[in-house]
Amino acid sequence: MTTPVPRLELLNITKRYPSIVACSEVNLSVMPGEIHAVLGENGAGKSTLMKVIYGAVRAESGTILLNGHEVNIANPAQARRLGIGMVFQHFSLFETLTVVENISLVLDEPFNLPALAVRVKAVSERYGLPLDPNRMVHSLSVGERQRVEIVRCLLQYPKVLILDEPTSVLTPQAVQKLFETLRQLASEGVSILYISHKLHEIQVLCDSATILRHGKVTGTAIPSKETPASLARMMIGRELPVCQAPIYEGEQRTVLTVEGLNLVSDDPFGTNLENISLSVNAGEILGIAGISGNGQAELMAALSGETTVEKHAIHLEGKAVGHLNAGQRRNKGLVFVPEERLGRGAVPPFSLSHNALLTAHRQGMKNWGLVRYSKAREFADKCVARFDVRCGGSGDDARSLSGGNLQKFIVGREIMLKPKVMIVAQPTWGVDVGASAVLRQALLDLSRNGVGIVLISEELEELFEISDRIAVLAQGRLSSAQPRGATSAESVGMKMSGLFDETETANLAEASHALA
Amino acid sequence: MIEHLTPILVGTLAAATPLVFAGLGELVAERTGVINLGVEGMMLVGAIAGFAAAAETGYGAAAGLPAGALAGAATAMIFAFFALSLAANQAACGLALTIFGIGLSAFIGQSYVSYSLPGLKPIAIPLLSDIPLLGPVLFTQDAVVYLSIVAYAGVAWTLTKTRLGLLLKAVGESPESAHAIGYPVILIRFGAVAFGGAMAGMAGAYLSTVYTPLWVQNMSAGRGWIAVALVVFATWKPTRLLLGAYLFGFVTILQFHAQGLGLVLPVQLLAALPYLATIIVLVVISRDRKVLQNNLPASLGKPFLP
Amino acid sequence: MHLLEPRARPSKLMRWTAPLIAIVATLLAGSFLFWSLGKPVLASFQVFFIQPMTSSYGWSELLIKACPLILIAQGLAIGFKARIYNIGAEGQLIVGALAGGGVAIYMEGSDSSWVIPAIVLAGALGGAAWGALPAWLRTRFNAQETLTTLMLSYVASFILSYMVHGPWRDPEGMNFPQSIMFSDNALFAILLEGSRVNTSIYITGFAVLAFWLFNARSFMHFKLEVGGHAPAASRYAGFSSRQTVWFSLVVSGMTAGLAGIGEVAGPVGQLNLNISPGYGFAAIIVAYLGRLHALGIVLAGFLMALIYLGGEAAQVSLQMPFAITGIFQGMLLFFLLGSDVFIDNRLRRSA
Repeated sequence: MTTPVPRLELLNITKRYPSIVACSEVNLSVMPGEIHAVLGENGAGKSTLMKVIYGAVRAESGTILLNGHEVNIANPAQARRLGIGMVFQHFSLFETLTVVENISLVLDEPFNLPALAVRVKAVSERYGLPLDPNRMVHSLSVGERQRVEIVRCLLQYPKVLILDEPTSVLTPQAVQKLFETLRQLASEGVSILYISHKLHEIQVLCDSATILRHGKVTGTAIPSKETPASLARMMIGRELPVCQAPIYEGEQRTVLTVEGLNLVSDDPFGTNLENISLSVNAGEILGIAGISGNGQAELMAALSGETTVEKHAIHLEGKAVGHLNAGQRRNKGLVFVPEERLGRGAVPPFSLSHNALLTAHRQGMKNWGLVRYSKAREFADKCVARFDVRCGGSGDDARSLSGGNLQKFIVGREIMLKPKVMIVAQPTWGVDVGASAVLRQALLDLSRNGVGIVLISEELEELFEISDRIAVLAQGRLSSAQPRGATSAESVGMKMSGLFDETETANLAEASHALA
Repeated sequence: MIEHLTPILVGTLAAATPLVFAGLGELVAERTGVINLGVEGMMLVGAIAGFAAAAETGYGAAAGLPAGALAGAATAMIFAFFALSLAANQAACGLALTIFGIGLSAFIGQSYVSYSLPGLKPIAIPLLSDIPLLGPVLFTQDAVVYLSIVAYAGVAWTLTKTRLGLLLKAVGESPESAHAIGYPVILIRFGAVAFGGAMAGMAGAYLSTVYTPLWVQNMSAGRGWIAVALVVFATWKPTRLLLGAYLFGFVTILQFHAQGLGLVLPVQLLAALPYLATIIVLVVISRDRKVLQNNLPASLGKPFLP
Repeated sequence: MHLLEPRARPSKLMRWTAPLIAIVATLLAGSFLFWSLGKPVLASFQVFFIQPMTSSYGWSELLIKACPLILIAQGLAIGFKARIYNIGAEGQLIVGALAGGGVAIYMEGSDSSWVIPAIVLAGALGGAAWGALPAWLRTRFNAQETLTTLMLSYVASFILSYMVHGPWRDPEGMNFPQSIMFSDNALFAILLEGSRVNTSIYITGFAVLAFWLFNARSFMHFKLEVGGHAPAASRYAGFSSRQTVWFSLVVSGMTAGLAGIGEVAGPVGQLNLNISPGYGFAAIIVAYLGRLHALGIVLAGFLMALIYLGGEAAQVSLQMPFAITGIFQGMLLFFLLGSDVFIDNRLRRSA
């Protein structure tokens, strides 16, 4: 017997973009039946590397060996013929098509939907991924969509399966189910490339790991033999930073209440909100857990005023504000940091000082309908300095900043409006570890100065790190909020799949009515 | 009253035929996410190319329609290069194509202004054409009217029953996803735009070689724009497009029979009717946002660079 | 097939050189066109682009044609920044002309010094009303302004046709579809003897300054630009999208209406079917070519006016149809849109 040949081997892969080098001389090797982690933080080059393997991106240089033979992967169709399948982080599914129609589009075979539907059902059941082939994709939950992506790959009998951040959209329970499926596949000889920045998952699931930082390989490891701290050091080059949450000592009062909020979504594929009630006190962070697509977008729009609702559904410091738009609510002290930084929180081609004007124009930057640009510049300069926004200056375009720095600017701008309530969504999404810690600390500090914060996030770790109370939004309904110490990731995870008592929300509504 | 009905309905089908062709072409292009506002220009280029081919070869519409289709597709490629290969603003590129097409057709057409063509004789389908009212309306038309119905059936079948139809819809919803799973999005869109151009060119050639049959500068008189509006009205569905086109054919024909029907309005105001009707149908279909949102190809008009 | 890749940051240089590249490309494509028609290329260019500028009369005509183009384009640029595509300025021009012309006809014989102000006011209101209609259709019924503005310009031209064939036809006009010639009191005064240049250029001059100030300093302009670049950011900031739609369409309708007045109470001197050689459409190109900038539009307006004059000269000297103007306009817009892509992108350097 000779030494076993790796299923997939990458040698010196390099890919440059005009502004950055995404991958530099990357080497990686996976054996048949091995679950191999590709670990790195946001922007480390993981996704680019996987797209190179899948033929969606061409590398400038380097070699790809499949079963010891050099291959030239020109496009995804060829990658699939070679037995490489990929489950994308942002799914490559079509919402207006059915499950089976979606799957048919990647298969090289005669077009026969009924026959394919039978096979889809068979494969999905065999791997514990139940699916109805004739459902429209837009009616599926995010977890179900991921199943479609996986089944789509499995129908092509892959030798290598790539999964890009597959658990960011799953409840803790669903993550366990996925791991079972992946182990089953590996036992059948499929090599799995598992991309993630979540250390504990990798330790539980993966046989080996390649760690990337700034596009370069900084090490390989057997995750089960490492500690989270040692993996983190390889991933970010230092210890994971920790936030400080002091105790709030100011006045106890409720700053924001929502009562019986119902909202029909504008989006034809959106989720309607049903009887949402919540309250936020000065000095606390209320975390709202749940997977996107469960009414998160609608709740944010309703809270921020981007969508106006019934006048008395929302009270800010006791005053009804439901009918006011985002600008009018900001005048009353309610600010909002959206998940999309470019195009919503900031205008991409505008300078930072023009972007300051976007919400801070109410701070004396206007005179008879004319703009006082010097005031806007002053404000932006102050924000850049105070929140450590790394950039050339307030004249830089918003789109030229990294995600973390732009987020610091937006959060800073809203903090400088001296709010009473801040709504913030996915504040650290796509942000590197260092900036994430700065942002979380900024939110903690803000709350301890007497501001009430609503934090809507998909990341349980983040919620448990900085929230005082945690509620769960699932299928357009909001559970009651539990103090952080009185709940657990498992309990929140159960609620994320919609398993919470109807009466739990109803009781809260009744209670608040009794108070009113 | 009834004696007017037959000629009105016979005329309705013929007047609707250019809208059927151009509308179907635009519908296919929009299904893939490309809005080409150059239909009017492509129609005019098709009209003059068809007219020239018909006049020069002496084969009439038999030469005119293919020539019109070819010319329409060729002009569409100018649009496709700028709007797809370079991902320039689609709406503005379409406008440029219309301005260009109006100019180019008038330029070429100058030497054909005094020509006239024989046109096409209606083909009466035996037996069926003897049915009262319906017979003459449906079964005593020129060959191109029948061809337009075949084109409708072909497009409807392709969009709903074939893998190609699925693919066109997929590209129109999310070019990013289609690209990620390895489809040549730009190439597919080029194809759809070329088809749209060919159909618009054919519509123009029908006007100049069969319907009128003369060359007059700007002879499409906004029909290209009405076709674009029809696609919205049809919520991107071929059958609704066909019905919408016949509705407009009816409104167009009505003005010529208005006097007979006892409607006393100045001709100029009657001539404005199809354009007012376009605004009305747009209002009717747009007032419920959900209707449009549920059917709109999600990437419509958005530039895509792989 | 994949020609482009995004630049790390947009090129400021390309933003202003793109129009020049477009002009050069149009000239090259134009040479090819002349050559393929068997016309002498250089001589044709001489007729098209140089000849109109060799006489003072030519220059005065250039000014007359540039003024309405610049005026309309200033208004359109406001909307284009907010991605409100008013492509029916031609109709708004016609309705403005009809409203102002109606005043001129009904005040025929009056020697009041209020005639011209009344005409101007009526023209502005008429154009604004024709722009307000699609604004209402958009904000109330969600109907796309692109199609409604265009359809309304067809409707406007039929109304004009009806008026000059019917109620307002000159009884002594030998049945031609035209109104009476307006009396001197209802016409803008001639500024330069021997030319057609008249006081309506003050309207354009004033508009350029007003729009320049508006674009450079106003908060409304900032809101329009936010709406155009990032509609979600506009909602996030709480800016009203209805306000944007109404403002853009009413202002652009008003400038088009004023341009219509400049024609009927200026060089044309009456209502007839030829009051505009497509200024409303050409102004779209002028707005883009001038980078939607108040002063850029002035330069672009003169270039477009030259293309009109060149088309007229080519008709006389080269026996070419006037339609050549449309071909040049279309090519210019295409090349401009194509060059603009290189502000944010560059040619792909690797496979």
